[in-house]
Amino acid sequence: MSILSQAYTWINLKFLLEGLGVTLEVSLISIVLSFVIGLLLGVIRYVGIKYFSAIVGFIIDIIRNLPLLLIIFFTYFALPKTGLRMSPLSASIAALVVFESAMLAEIVRSGIIAVDPGQMEGARANGMTYWQAMWYIILPQALLKMIPPLVSQFISLIKDTSLATIIVLPELLYRAQIIYGQDTRYMLPMYFMIAVMYFIVCFALSLVAKRMEKKFG
Amino acid sequence: MISVLTNNWSTLLTGFGNTLLSSVIALVFSLVIGSAFAIMETVPSKVARVIAHTYIEIFRNIPLLVITMFFYVVIPQYVAPMTGFAAGTVGLTLYTSSFIAETVRAGIQAVDIGQMEGARSNGMTYWQAMRYIILPQAFRLVIPPLGNQFINLIKNSSVLAFVAGFDLMYQGDALASATFDTFNTYLVVGVFYLVLTLPLSYYMRHLEKKLV
Repeated sequence: MSILSQAYTWINLKFLLEGLGVTLEVSLISIVLSFVIGLLLGVIRYVGIKYFSAIVGFIIDIIRNLPLLLIIFFTYFALPKTGLRMSPLSASIAALVVFESAMLAEIVRSGIIAVDPGQMEGARANGMTYWQAMWYIILPQALLKMIPPLVSQFISLIKDTSLATIIVLPELLYRAQIIYGQDTRYMLPMYFMIAVMYFIVCFALSLVAKRMEKKFG
Repeated sequence: MISVLTNNWSTLLTGFGNTLLSSVIALVFSLVIGSAFAIMETVPSKVARVIAHTYIEIFRNIPLLVITMFFYVVIPQYVAPMTGFAAGTVGLTLYTSSFIAETVRAGIQAVDIGQMEGARSNGMTYWQAMRYIILPQAFRLVIPPLGNQFINLIKNSSVLAFVAGFDLMYQGDALASATFDTFNTYLVVGVFYLVLTLPLSYYMRHLEKKLV
């Protein structure tokens, strides 16, 4: 019992909570940026602009099929060779956005495909241009269909921020390691605590997704 | 880029082999564990469903790296020593099994309910019907999503690099720090991963189209 009270001092818990703050900050910025870019890339891939869409599609496939950890390493350790040096925070966000945009682009594309083609035909027959129909008719319906896979991807992103501990981003896992670095008996309490914190955030998000799905789906 | 490959191909190939080995072991075990929990989620017993659901939610909502580090640093302290490769593979198995359980459960529930009713009214027990009628149909439906889980598994196996698992990412990183040629080394490592994941990914897309 005394080990627990030594491990879970107010100072240590505050230190961890600040880490959770960094985790959430990086996640939120990456989610917003990769959603916008992923939406754009998904539409580009779907509409089939000659050559351009095929090239974009191939690059998306390459990125999707690489481990995120490799992209993080590359961003932080290899890009400085080309003169692009980033802080751990911006490197983490950059790597996450590159990877997640590619993952989201694929979700967006499948979401658009899942919308009944009659919707586009109807909108066009009513005098809308292709892009008006895409923006006002197709995308809103596609987005509703995408809610479950989108949210699972966001949950993955939050969990994946833990990989950035390798480039010394002071997020949750990194701070837990610092705390148990002082005393190895804190290992179990620290891993338990951060597991609970990650779980609460991710599980809560999945519950929100379920409710949204029921409400709109 | 070519010189990185020719000078270090045995190091990289060892890593490639370990990545493949860890992924295949984790795939086999997570298929077994995942399917078991998927079946538990669909049986009439409420206790079984709650246990399965709890397991799945726990491992789906905790980062793979945290699970893996737990086995690498905490388990040796209280239970038994564990190599990085073992800790990584156990972590991968538990994490992936929860995703496979969700996939297989969706497959079981996508099989027409009349199949179970028909099998039962023809005198099969619940488990006979599950084994001979429901599961074969369910697995055919979930082959593409399972394939995608395998791709994720291969990519996720890079967490072995955190626990000295001597996988492709670990070997690549060791090379990069030894030669200082981070740029070309990571590119080569990327190509190695793509050799595994890209064909698999295109094949799964092809299967998905065929099934629809």
